[in-house]
Amino acid sequence: MAVIFALDALTGAVFLLTTLGVVANRQVLASLQLFIAQSLLLTFSAILLGIATHSLHLFAVAAITVATKTVLIPWVLRHTVSSEVYRTREIDRVLNIPSSLLIAAALVVFAYAVANPMLSAVHTPFAKINLPLGIAAMLLGIFTVVVRREAVPQLLGLLALENGVFFAGVAIVPDLPVIAELAAAVDVPVVALVVGMLTRRIHVRLGTTSVGRLVALRED
Amino acid sequence: MELAGVLFFPALACALSLSPLGRHGRAAPITLIGSVIVFALAVRVAIAAAHGGHIEAFGEWLTCDGLGALVLGLVALVAMTAALFSWSYIRVRAAHGGKRKEQNYYGLYNLFIMSLLAVPILANVALMWVAVELTTLLSAFLVGFEDTPEALEAAWKYVVLTTVGAVLALFGFLILYWGSRIAGFEPFTWVGLVEAAPRMPPALLWPAFLLILVGFGTKVGLVPMHTWLPDAHSQAPASICALLSGVETTTVLYVILRLFPVVGGVPTLDARPWFICFGLLSVCIATLLLVYVRDFKRMFAFSTVEHMGIILVAAGLGGAEAHLGAAYQITGHALAKSFCFFSAGSVAMTFGTQEIASVRGLVKFAPLSAIALAGGAFAITGAPPFALFVSEFLIFKAGIASGQYLTIALLSFFVAVAFCAVLYHVNRMTFGAPHGHPTLAPLPWSCKATLVIAAIPLLAIGIYIPVVLQNLLRAAAAAMGG
Repeated sequence: MAVIFALDALTGAVFLLTTLGVVANRQVLASLQLFIAQSLLLTFSAILLGIATHSLHLFAVAAITVATKTVLIPWVLRHTVSSEVYRTREIDRVLNIPSSLLIAAALVVFAYAVANPMLSAVHTPFAKINLPLGIAAMLLGIFTVVVRREAVPQLLGLLALENGVFFAGVAIVPDLPVIAELAAAVDVPVVALVVGMLTRRIHVRLGTTSVGRLVALRED
Repeated sequence: MELAGVLFFPALACALSLSPLGRHGRAAPITLIGSVIVFALAVRVAIAAAHGGHIEAFGEWLTCDGLGALVLGLVALVAMTAALFSWSYIRVRAAHGGKRKEQNYYGLYNLFIMSLLAVPILANVALMWVAVELTTLLSAFLVGFEDTPEALEAAWKYVVLTTVGAVLALFGFLILYWGSRIAGFEPFTWVGLVEAAPRMPPALLWPAFLLILVGFGTKVGLVPMHTWLPDAHSQAPASICALLSGVETTTVLYVILRLFPVVGGVPTLDARPWFICFGLLSVCIATLLLVYVRDFKRMFAFSTVEHMGIILVAAGLGGAEAHLGAAYQITGHALAKSFCFFSAGSVAMTFGTQEIASVRGLVKFAPLSAIALAGGAFAITGAPPFALFVSEFLIFKAGIASGQYLTIALLSFFVAVAFCAVLYHVNRMTFGAPHGHPTLAPLPWSCKATLVIAAIPLLAIGIYIPVVLQNLLRAAAAAMGG
């Protein structure tokens, strides 16, 4: 048990690092690869917790995560968004990378502060690792959506946010009904598909995927 | 089995619309027939719910009570009028996009309706979350239907922001499930949650409530998460605007209202101040934006933010009377707002612009649209004899009776300012002196027909509420914990 606990803690640490990578790097393609790595770490955590709690549900979660997030979503994104977009280097962001990382660090500390009262109210051992890190990944995901201007990195921020929810979820609700998991699993690739197709339309119609620069609609 | 039919017929209509049968413009009548059948089924469900019945199908997977039946009926009604409006409106709008464009519209339209109808009847809360998320994903391309840069920008903001909100809400629901497992309750349904809540650790219930309020509040358009709403609700085709503003917001607000009895069972938590604060803030900001608005579709979108705020305040006031007012306000808003967007869409089509300043002397050029726009403006701002007058009166009365004077004073002030702002803009559009001779496009037949048909229920429920509807509203108020 102690070994699994330690392994899960290690997985969590690397999970957080990959999420920080999604926030901070410049290459669009690298963001996608970091997201795949993050999803694999989520899978690994689900397997570890599945062994520890003897829960078949978590193995199902692991299988669904691998299938949808490391195979299906990258495939969908590669086919809907033109390869030109992946070669883009994002020079201008709303905030430069050092300040982004500084704020990201503050968000991680904040996540622990938020998780603490919840953890002291209940006794769920693995939640001590997964809940704060999941919340941290959620906050970083939202932060990514806010600071990045390119369409695909914004989408990956959204998907990182979703991974954060599931990273916390595998620890706090190891027995969510399978049908709900399946439905959520179908939902995530659909998000990628819809947003990917929208990105393509925007690219075709406007010649850019810098969605942060779309400001035709506002109050003046 | 009505509940199963409610989900089956839109799916069937979608399949038929996309199949070769839907070619040559036949997708429109197919969709309309499907929506009429769904409305008939929804009325049967509503009547059963009004008589206090508990409706279910497929074991316990689909259930419906008073509040669910009210939302279900409203979605079905607006889906029907919007399908009629679409018939010739979309034919004109899709004229350059090829035959597939029209068929694709109806395919997505039916799926969107199905996801909206699923929200109030799915018993499992996790599945209901999936249905809410699907409403966004299925309507994204309907919002971007016009394919203009503005429409695509609006669709992008709509999908990304509301999905971020939905994922936050998902985390809230997972925490709720965690809590109900700790409390020893199994079924993850609204009824199960109401029973489990008093035994959950408040340290879990509290963040779950806030996450769902903020997460789904984004999709309802509560200030300060409302920024996407005026864009999406002004750039989509008018038939879709009617659905988005009239019933999609209501459907998501329904989920937030469902939390009220869950949190209400816990003495250490009080959800009411949160509802009142978020509600009043939304009403206040929306009113300010209404004064300065320049685009008449955006004007009605801001009015939606305002009304969502009013309903939230009414729920937050507490007590049976205020909750009855909230249920009535939901009904009145869905009917009036969809009608407003039908008339705004007609005006936009006739004049080829959405700018308030470019439309003058409407009553001279397009009398039917002019009457509809003015009537819709009176209805949505709560002038007598329309339903929103009665419901707002009920809410004010309930608030004063329970001694919440400050809330009511602020609410009534903003409602009065919004009334003046909307009527000022509409008055100038309708009766203002026309400059020159604008080039006008003819209004297609189904738009005219919709303006006449959708006006009937709007006028009727302001003047006379049938006993069945009264019972349904009381049942809905009871489900909010009033």
